[in-house]
Amino acid sequence: MGKLTIWIVFAAVLLVLPQIFDSVLSLSIFTQMTIAIIFALSYNMLLGQGGMLSFGHAVYFGLGGFLAVHAMMMIEFETLSFSITLIPLVGGVFGLLAALFIGSFSTHKAGTVFAMISLGIGELVAASSLILVSFFGGEAGVSGDRTFGPPFFGIDFAQDDHVYYLAAAWMFFAVLCMYLFTQTPAGRMANAVRDNPERAEFIGYSARRVRFISFAMAGFFAGIAGGIFAVNYEILTEENLNAATSGRVLLMAYIGGLGFFIGPVVGAVVLTLINSLLSNYTDLWMLYLGILFLLTVMFLPRGLTGLLMMHRVAWQLGRMRLLLLPYTLTAIPGAVFILGMIAMIEMSHAEDAEFVYLGLALAPAGYGSWALLLSVTAVAFFILRRTLPRLHEAWAEANTLPRLQGHKDGRP
Amino acid sequence: MIEVLIFATLNGLVTGLLLFMLASGLTLIFSMMGVLNFAHASFYMLGAYFAYSISLYTGFWPALIIAPLLVGVVGALVERYGLRRVHKSGHVAELVFTFGLAFLIEEAVQLFWGRSTINYESPTLLDFPLFTLFGQNFPVYKAFMIFISVSIFIGLYFVLTRTRIGIIIQAAITHPNTVANLGHNVPFIFMAVFGVGSGLAGLAGVIAGPVLTTFPGMATVLGSIVFVIVVIGGLGSLAGALVASLLIGLLQSYAIASDVGMQDLLDLLGVSFAADHPLNDIWRLTLPQIAPIMPFLLLVLVLIFRPSGLLGKREG
Repeated sequence: MGKLTIWIVFAAVLLVLPQIFDSVLSLSIFTQMTIAIIFALSYNMLLGQGGMLSFGHAVYFGLGGFLAVHAMMMIEFETLSFSITLIPLVGGVFGLLAALFIGSFSTHKAGTVFAMISLGIGELVAASSLILVSFFGGEAGVSGDRTFGPPFFGIDFAQDDHVYYLAAAWMFFAVLCMYLFTQTPAGRMANAVRDNPERAEFIGYSARRVRFISFAMAGFFAGIAGGIFAVNYEILTEENLNAATSGRVLLMAYIGGLGFFIGPVVGAVVLTLINSLLSNYTDLWMLYLGILFLLTVMFLPRGLTGLLMMHRVAWQLGRMRLLLLPYTLTAIPGAVFILGMIAMIEMSHAEDAEFVYLGLALAPAGYGSWALLLSVTAVAFFILRRTLPRLHEAWAEANTLPRLQGHKDGRP
Repeated sequence: MIEVLIFATLNGLVTGLLLFMLASGLTLIFSMMGVLNFAHASFYMLGAYFAYSISLYTGFWPALIIAPLLVGVVGALVERYGLRRVHKSGHVAELVFTFGLAFLIEEAVQLFWGRSTINYESPTLLDFPLFTLFGQNFPVYKAFMIFISVSIFIGLYFVLTRTRIGIIIQAAITHPNTVANLGHNVPFIFMAVFGVGSGLAGLAGVIAGPVLTTFPGMATVLGSIVFVIVVIGGLGSLAGALVASLLIGLLQSYAIASDVGMQDLLDLLGVSFAADHPLNDIWRLTLPQIAPIMPFLLLVLVLIFRPSGLLGKREG
């Protein structure tokens, strides 16, 4: 499958998705995903591609978004006159300007110094935004209205699906640009500087300049994401540029997988789904998110995408079916174990006398329910441990060439 | 004027020394593992919450001892089963791990103790004013906080420089392989130092909880400031951490106590702006208003002009 095909399929999926899932909720989730994907990919330009760990990336998202809302207000009061479709670009340009200014002094070094400066600036901007009320609107934030300005081919963006298509078009454009950026000399050098700044300097590149370029581009795309956010929600508050938002984008990129271009996309999709679906079922979803994140850092340093990519060798050798049975054998007690843990966490949090879990009525106050859950979980854990050696064996076998038969298709 | 100054100094000293209890552990852990521990302030929060729960059964004094020990054990377990596993994936992974841990601890605290402020109070034994100056009381509990922090500093300094254990720790920081070759269990030393550092943070939480209120956001409030201190003081420098802690504590305390602002500066310069000037938010700034952002301003300035910090030797 050629690269062009992938992009065409990507565009087709974006077009067709809202036709298949056409409820208000799914449309809103899709729009959130487009914003998250751009934001997470722009973050990966820093951390994954450029090796700069930032704790303040929401600054560019938020500043771009605030400017976009102000631009929307100017359109509403007819100070400016241009189509609302260009609002994300306003956000992008302002994100770029902010990144150009801050990057001019923060990209001297990577590593801890960069991380600390980004943290400091993130806190500074977030705190200042509460002080400078006339621009940032204080606690309440600023809000605009996207339905003004010259209509775009007769569309005034009053409906949610119009906004989705606008966001998706910008997202497609931004993702394409960010992908193409990784193929440019500047993008390749960003990888080189990430891996070994000293060598990059020896062959004549200024590590600082390379980092600065990546940083500015990351700010630009974060600003675009902020601009789309402004069009979608029509409001921005301090929450959109504070440390929590900066942390969330780090989570997305890391859980998805930093080493792959597609990684942050996966992370953004998964986290948006968790965010919007899981929060309907439990108010502890942030806790599960934290656990998922820690487990990813500990056991899957290459993220969810890395987990999929691990199977490449087995796939190419055509030996995936060797893994099928061991996977199933591990997955069943694994699922029981996870469900049991979740049940105990939820039950300890339950306030009513009866706690219904998967159709099972449990009593949080009585010892019986606890004993039942505890024993089921413990047994599942014990069986899980027992299945692991077999999984290891199967894994090793699936990833090595068969000894006796020759290669079927000549591929190694 | 003079009473404002005296009380601002005393309060600044209390905050500064409290910050130092956190910063000392954090900087020790940094010089050992080369990683800034984002979850350090979370151990501080755990200290306060543990002490609250224990004090419900035993009262404040046993909690003062048990809670930091528990936090220390939690810290040691985190190092042994979490950080050590992540270590092979590199520094960024370690930093990100501690970041996730801070996130998780905050959520866990909300799970067990709820989202609102809990009623954790200082012991009645220490609930009287130490002295009254110009009609203002100085509570004895604050003096107790100063006493604990100073004794911790002296104790830490003594252990690190005057005892055999301290010398081994110092050697393990700079030459881990040599120390291992001499037959010491370096991974165990790392775990122990991490545990003790976390325990110190927990102790800070136990004594600060009643004064600074115990709520799930207390780690976030203090965490970034402790980070700032460690960086400003110079990564890995204990003396630098002390100087920076006191500096930030006093600076914030003076700024909050003062009542000057941009208006006074403008009056001095003889400039005035119309009531509807677009930059009025800036012209009406007061020093107490910007007190919370001063540490971060200082951090950015220090990192730009002196990345190694005030007393630091190595560059990050």
